[in-house]
Amino acid sequence: MPETDERGGGGPRLLWRTAQVREAIDETPRVRSLVLDVPGWTPHRPGQHVDVRLTAEDGYQAQRSYSIASPPEARHLVITVERIDDGEVSPYLASEARAGDRFEIRGPIGGYFVWTEALGGPLFLIAGGSGIAPLMAMLRHRAARASKVPALLLNSARSVEDIIYREELERLASRDDGLEVVHTLTRRRPAGWTGGTRRIDRDMLAELGIPATERPRVYICGPTPLVEEAAKSLVALGHDASLIKTERFGPTGATHGS
Amino acid sequence: MQDSPISRGFRGRRPPARNDRVPPGQHLTEDFPVLSAGPTPAAKLGSWSFALQDGGSLLAKWSWQEFEALPQTEVTVDIHCVTTWSKLDTHWRGVTIDTLFEAAGLDEPPEAFAMIHCDGGYTTNVPVEDLIDGKAMIATHYEGKPLAPEHGGPARLLVPHLYFWKSAKWARRLRFLEADEPGFWESLGYHIYGDPWREQRYAGD
Ligand SMILES: Cc1cc2nc3c(=O)[nH]c(=O)nc-3n(C[C@H](O)[C@H](O)[C@H](O)COP(=O)(O)OP(=O)(O)OC[C@H]3O[C@@H](n4cnc5c(N)ncnc54)[C@H](O)[C@@H]3O)c2cc1C
Repeated sequence: MPETDERGGGGPRLLWRTAQVREAIDETPRVRSLVLDVPGWTPHRPGQHVDVRLTAEDGYQAQRSYSIASPPEARHLVITVERIDDGEVSPYLASEARAGDRFEIRGPIGGYFVWTEALGGPLFLIAGGSGIAPLMAMLRHRAARASKVPALLLNSARSVEDIIYREELERLASRDDGLEVVHTLTRRRPAGWTGGTRRIDRDMLAELGIPATERPRVYICGPTPLVEEAAKSLVALGHDASLIKTERFGPTGATHGS
Repeated sequence: MQDSPISRGFRGRRPPARNDRVPPGQHLTEDFPVLSAGPTPAAKLGSWSFALQDGGSLLAKWSWQEFEALPQTEVTVDIHCVTTWSKLDTHWRGVTIDTLFEAAGLDEPPEAFAMIHCDGGYTTNVPVEDLIDGKAMIATHYEGKPLAPEHGGPARLLVPHLYFWKSAKWARRLRFLEADEPGFWESLGYHIYGDPWREQRYAGD
């Protein structure tokens, strides 16, 4: 049985609240973070998401889910959105929205794909593309709490330019507090690249991952093919399925790159 | 309902006129997204079974072969995921819950509520009246092919008039309950019943 150590059902209704964009930060050519002011926000736990609802002038609305990338300790809520060119909501959030713009959000949602410092480690995070967002909330929370829980982030991106939060990850990994960050680049690699050079697979997880014997808590987030492959491989490598939590962002996504 | 602020510069891609088959807050997808909380369990048909249980006592149990030999039903239904995608006209084949109850010799369901138990430890609760009269099945085929593991194969519950998390993947057991109890997602903040037409996404909706 997977652990359900979180709060039970019931509880008050999650209200739609108005979020105002404070700042838009370009993370990569296709990904943007929005820093939001949300009066009355209930604190979240790292890994949870929100539902975002956009309203057009004619009253038309569209609603999608986005992970919270900021830690509970931060003053403002941050979401990180990858632009899907033919999408309805992501091009607005990742290209159009700017400081002062408003939309509605509701949450925090999801009590399963969650890590808090109290759960301990080791912590093994596996990300593909914008799937890094909820995992970043965990790493930022870990840093904010000055936690020394051993942690490894294995992050798949197309190229160096597509690595989301690259500089911040470098800073976090240089704190010498037990965090290691490994990137694997699936399309283009700079000369002298020493990280991974292909999609995440079983051999890579065996070689670079935290061994099953250490019973890491594993969180995998990204496009479905990456999540399926990583979760299946880890089970084959002896990891306890009940310690592996997954979140799938995209469509079945055979064409999705990372 | 409160007034929603206009999101400057947002123009919906779709015409405001709603398709009357799409519940509020949903949008159509051609794709079939996958959502599950953990690894996809490996299907071993040799050791697979589906059981009906009342409290602690076993009412009936079918091996994969026996299950496949039960009368099969095909349906074409619309499905609605809580993450806001809906998909129209999906084709499924499987064994209706009515057929299972009949095969188990049940004239009347013994209790008013049920919990579906799945490989991987997942559960979901559904009132029995939402499972009978052709409203639900244990589905083994999707679009004419055996159900893929990531979509819940070999067999999942299909209860399309509720949000799709209720159509629990990798279903193995239906247990009757005297009183409703939250299942896995239902105890993690999702709605106890999950009617998409009333937008019952989260607890309290
Ligand atoms: C729990 C949860 C958390 C999420 N968190 C994030 C997040 O932190 N950041 C983020 O960027 N997204 C996240 N997503 C995905 C997000 O909800 C939207 O699905 C995504 O932004 C696309 O929406 P859209 O309206 O632009 O595209 P749509 O109009 O819904 O779709 C347009 C086309 O793009 C395809 N498509 C949809 N999603 C993807 C995808 N991810 N990759 C490739 N093709 C796609 C569709 O199949 C369709 O063909 C999350 C999803 C879930 C369920």
